[in-house]
Amino acid sequence: MPKDGGIGASTTRREDVRFLTGKGKYTADINTFGQAAATFVRSTVANGVIKSIDTSAAAEMPGVLAIFTGEDFVDVGGNPAGWLINSRDGEPMKEPKRPVLAHGKVRHVGDAYAAVIAETEQQARDAAEEIIADIEELPAIIDMAAALAGDAYVHDEIGTNQCFDWGWIEDNRAATDEAIKNAPHVTTLELINNRLVPNAMEPRASIGTYDAAGDSYLLQTTSQNPHLTRLLISAFVMGIPENKLTVIAPDVGGGFGSKIYHYGEEALVLAAAKKVGRPVKWVADRTESFLTDAHGRDHVTKIELACEKDGTFIAFRTETLANVGAYLSNFSTATPTFLHGTLMAGNYTVPNVYVNLKAVFTNTAPVDAYRGAGRPEATYSIERVIDMAARELNIDPVEIRRKNFIKPDQFPFGTAAGLEYDSGNYDALMDKMEAIVDRKAFEERRKQSEANGKMRGLGINAYVEACGIAPSNLVGVLGSRVGLYDAATVRVNATGNLSVMVGAHSHGQGHETVFPQIVGEMLGIDPQSVDIVHGDTSKIPFGMGTYGSRSLAVCGSAVVRATEKIIAKAKKIAAHMLEASADDLEFTDGQFTVKGTDKSVSFGEVALKAYIPHEFPIEDIEPGLEETAFYDPANFTYPSGAYACEVEVDPETGKVTIERFTACDDFGNVMNPMIVSGQVQGGVVQGIGQALLENTTYDENGQLLSASYMDYVMPRADDLPFIAVDHSDGTPCTHNPLGAKGCGEGGAIGSPPTVVNAVIDALQSGGKNVTHIDMPLTPARVWAAMNNA
Amino acid sequence: MYAFEIERPSTIADAIKALSEEDAQALGGGQTLIPTLKQRLAMPATLVSLTGIGEMQGVCIGDNGEVCVGGATNHATVAAETAASYPGLSGLAGNIGDPAVRNRGTVGGSLANNDPSACYPAAALGSGATIITNTRQIAADDYFQGMFETALEEGEVITEVRFPVPEKSHYEKFVQPASRFALVGVFVAKYADGVRVAVTGASENGVYRWSEAETALSSDFSKDALDGLTVPADGMIADLHGSSDYRAHLVKVMTGRAVTAAA
Ligand SMILES: Cc1cc2nc3c(=O)[nH]c(=O)nc-3n(C[C@H](O)[C@H](O)[C@H](O)COP(=O)(O)OP(=O)(O)OC[C@H]3O[C@@H](n4cnc5c(N)ncnc54)[C@H](O)[C@@H]3O)c2cc1C
Repeated sequence: MPKDGGIGASTTRREDVRFLTGKGKYTADINTFGQAAATFVRSTVANGVIKSIDTSAAAEMPGVLAIFTGEDFVDVGGNPAGWLINSRDGEPMKEPKRPVLAHGKVRHVGDAYAAVIAETEQQARDAAEEIIADIEELPAIIDMAAALAGDAYVHDEIGTNQCFDWGWIEDNRAATDEAIKNAPHVTTLELINNRLVPNAMEPRASIGTYDAAGDSYLLQTTSQNPHLTRLLISAFVMGIPENKLTVIAPDVGGGFGSKIYHYGEEALVLAAAKKVGRPVKWVADRTESFLTDAHGRDHVTKIELACEKDGTFIAFRTETLANVGAYLSNFSTATPTFLHGTLMAGNYTVPNVYVNLKAVFTNTAPVDAYRGAGRPEATYSIERVIDMAARELNIDPVEIRRKNFIKPDQFPFGTAAGLEYDSGNYDALMDKMEAIVDRKAFEERRKQSEANGKMRGLGINAYVEACGIAPSNLVGVLGSRVGLYDAATVRVNATGNLSVMVGAHSHGQGHETVFPQIVGEMLGIDPQSVDIVHGDTSKIPFGMGTYGSRSLAVCGSAVVRATEKIIAKAKKIAAHMLEASADDLEFTDGQFTVKGTDKSVSFGEVALKAYIPHEFPIEDIEPGLEETAFYDPANFTYPSGAYACEVEVDPETGKVTIERFTACDDFGNVMNPMIVSGQVQGGVVQGIGQALLENTTYDENGQLLSASYMDYVMPRADDLPFIAVDHSDGTPCTHNPLGAKGCGEGGAIGSPPTVVNAVIDALQSGGKNVTHIDMPLTPARVWAAMNNA
Repeated sequence: MYAFEIERPSTIADAIKALSEEDAQALGGGQTLIPTLKQRLAMPATLVSLTGIGEMQGVCIGDNGEVCVGGATNHATVAAETAASYPGLSGLAGNIGDPAVRNRGTVGGSLANNDPSACYPAAALGSGATIITNTRQIAADDYFQGMFETALEEGEVITEVRFPVPEKSHYEKFVQPASRFALVGVFVAKYADGVRVAVTGASENGVYRWSEAETALSSDFSKDALDGLTVPADGMIADLHGSSDYRAHLVKVMTGRAVTAAA
């Protein structure tokens, strides 16, 4: 039994049984006796002054229990940004208040300025239509450059639309400028990293319940990190003591970042539950998801790569405008800075890197971390400009990358962007990728495509990213207002099965399968006897949640540490049972054995003893078998990859078809290869979506033109190729006990530039002098680029 | 959605009676109307469901060899039952939306709605079909009157559509990548007395016939016959998914591909 289903086994995901048979229990599935419904009244204009809100007619509508407006929340706190960024001049960033409901002004289409609580959702919606708001529309501030240049502000009280002007690393600026000035070759590229709508399958939903007896609250909500939500509501927004607030995130149908954050709707259902004395439930419709879930990306960047004529990199310099939307979402200031600027050396030994990034308020939905969060933006800029430089210098795109790679014997490697990469072997990944792609045969395939009237291109890419965030001490210095450890409690029950309470919330990742694999392996027991408990602040010690590919590297490490403590205590009990010294025991395959003898007890017998402590050395050992560990990593983990994409372009229509995709990743030690492959494939699909399909567009009035699936293109099966995935032979992470690196985002980070590089290669091969097209590379855009070239 | 009543008549006569009530509206497959209701963009008092009316269901061959489709027949049925008799029509119907849409959406609903990007209008106009209603027969050339505009009167119901069967035909659709409606769709049909070319998705006036192409193809039914023709961008739709130039360009490309596929 022991090794079966342990670390490294492709155990099928146990949670899928309930997901696939309709037995998952999501927030919207929860119905409580007496529950009332909330609906929100949202701005239809992007920017406007709230002159008055007349709720009197609405209040008379059938079933209405209460109506809230921004007035009701002027005295409660704002929803804060979790990371303080200082500008280059040392000034702290601008932090305008983000209220529960808009007050004074509405700042984006979808901004909620009132909420109606009624017996039924239908009645709440009917009443909402009777609310008469006099909102004076102002010109919308949409374009970032115009926002910085103009004198109209999203937040009048800060007198600017610039949140901060950040330099990384400011001390390297002069040297980088100098290096670029003197360089024999400089490639310059202006590009846009397109805004994305997260589109989790499950819309956000929240249920607030108030218990007058204990003056306590329960929030059931769609969250990737219930503890952080509790902390934000308690410490910043509503002041409910943490011990009077339980937050439960039950099954959650995808988040991709958008459900990390605390949103005003959560605070509202809690306040409403207290006021009306009944549970209050809100479920977003899809339009609300489009308009109000935190969006991703949205950078406008100019990047320069300076190099020698032989392709040796001398410097990367970028200037970026990053859209933060109308309000600062919780991670919105960390995402474009420390999750982006610090990665701007890529996989390379380049000696000079400088990043200038200005974060800009606009009358659009807030922008925050979305799968990859900052690192896709970094990789895209770097890998696109490298491809362009290779073409200008007539160097093979693989060769130019290899020439500049950090070599295996250079790890640990301190990059010019300030990170210390612990391990990696970028050449080995390239080797693997080239073997799978079979580049020699590519020319044959290209001829075939040409014979069919199509242009064929091959795009390649290398990426490294920093995830599993990260040491609390380091992030504290960098401005984080929270720590980034995680926690686990391993509870061995008397009958030998286990409940493991983990801080990482699982919403599709497979924790319920993988964490038991680890515990099972360590204890030499059947992983099926281990169950994971997550997503409930009343049951779990603490947790910083699931994002930044941190669940395994950080929370998984906490599970390891807690399990080690279990083994240590169990060993003491076993020693007592075997009348031996603990030092003389060895623990293998679930048996404690006195070395060199056949005297042994099983882990299950020890567990029973711990809870029925007859003849127990009560003076030395406490009864029970339960241990908690908090794990704070020493560094980020640094997954890396080499990707390739082959496309065909139809010269008549501009339509791009992806013919092949290869993803070779280094995730260190892999716990469950099947799940990792799924993570890579899912990430690649999202990256293909960004590269070819997903086109979030606000018009000049701030209306979201792509606010439904009739206009927003999600990748579908027939848009996608077979994706060849390889993550064997990784270089282990050197600082966590599993040797594991995060795998949740690599696919989404590595794929967009790969696809774009391939399309440019195809167009060039077809004689079109197109050097860049901004994502998404829709047929219309490709056609326009071809015809302007 | 607002609350509404629903009627399920089993005859056309009962349906017409029900539709004469105030704020009553016909419900076909609901693939357009139900999403509209969910968004609270319409507020009918009563929906009169047409899909339970036997007289409006099914496909048959008429006296003059034309394919006759009941107005409440869904796309999947049309795709299956015209595969042999009218492959061009079958191909079009079988490529609308996804299986769920095809098993509910109806030919009558599609033509009544006359979405400028819908497929059926191209088949009806490209075939010179006759739209039969509870009160009259309307030639396709007279029926389509611009985006979402048709010759239908208030309360008038499409009971049947008769498609003359061409010698050769094909519908070529370049999909709008999100909705998968036609960004540009071209239906080409070659009849003994000439070729008809109907274009959907492209024009701000909805489906239209490209008469220059019809003339050229009537004398030479090959892609090359289009060589000298240009499609002006004036009056073409411009949106998130394509400029008017792009749509004009696609009209010619899709027409060429339709001809090649039909020939
Ligand atoms: C996801 C999706 C994808 C789609 N893709 C395509 C596509 O690729 N191509 C395409 O062409 N279409 C597409 N459609 C539209 C679909 O094909 C339906 O044909 C269309 O929605 C209308 O038909 P219906 O029967 O559903 O009509 P309904 O939605 O029921 O009604 C539409 C309108 O027509 C009226 N009406 C209905 N029946 C009649 C009748 N017999 N006489 C008079 N008035 C009537 C109704 O009162 C209403 O005003 C798609 C729809 C969806 C939801």
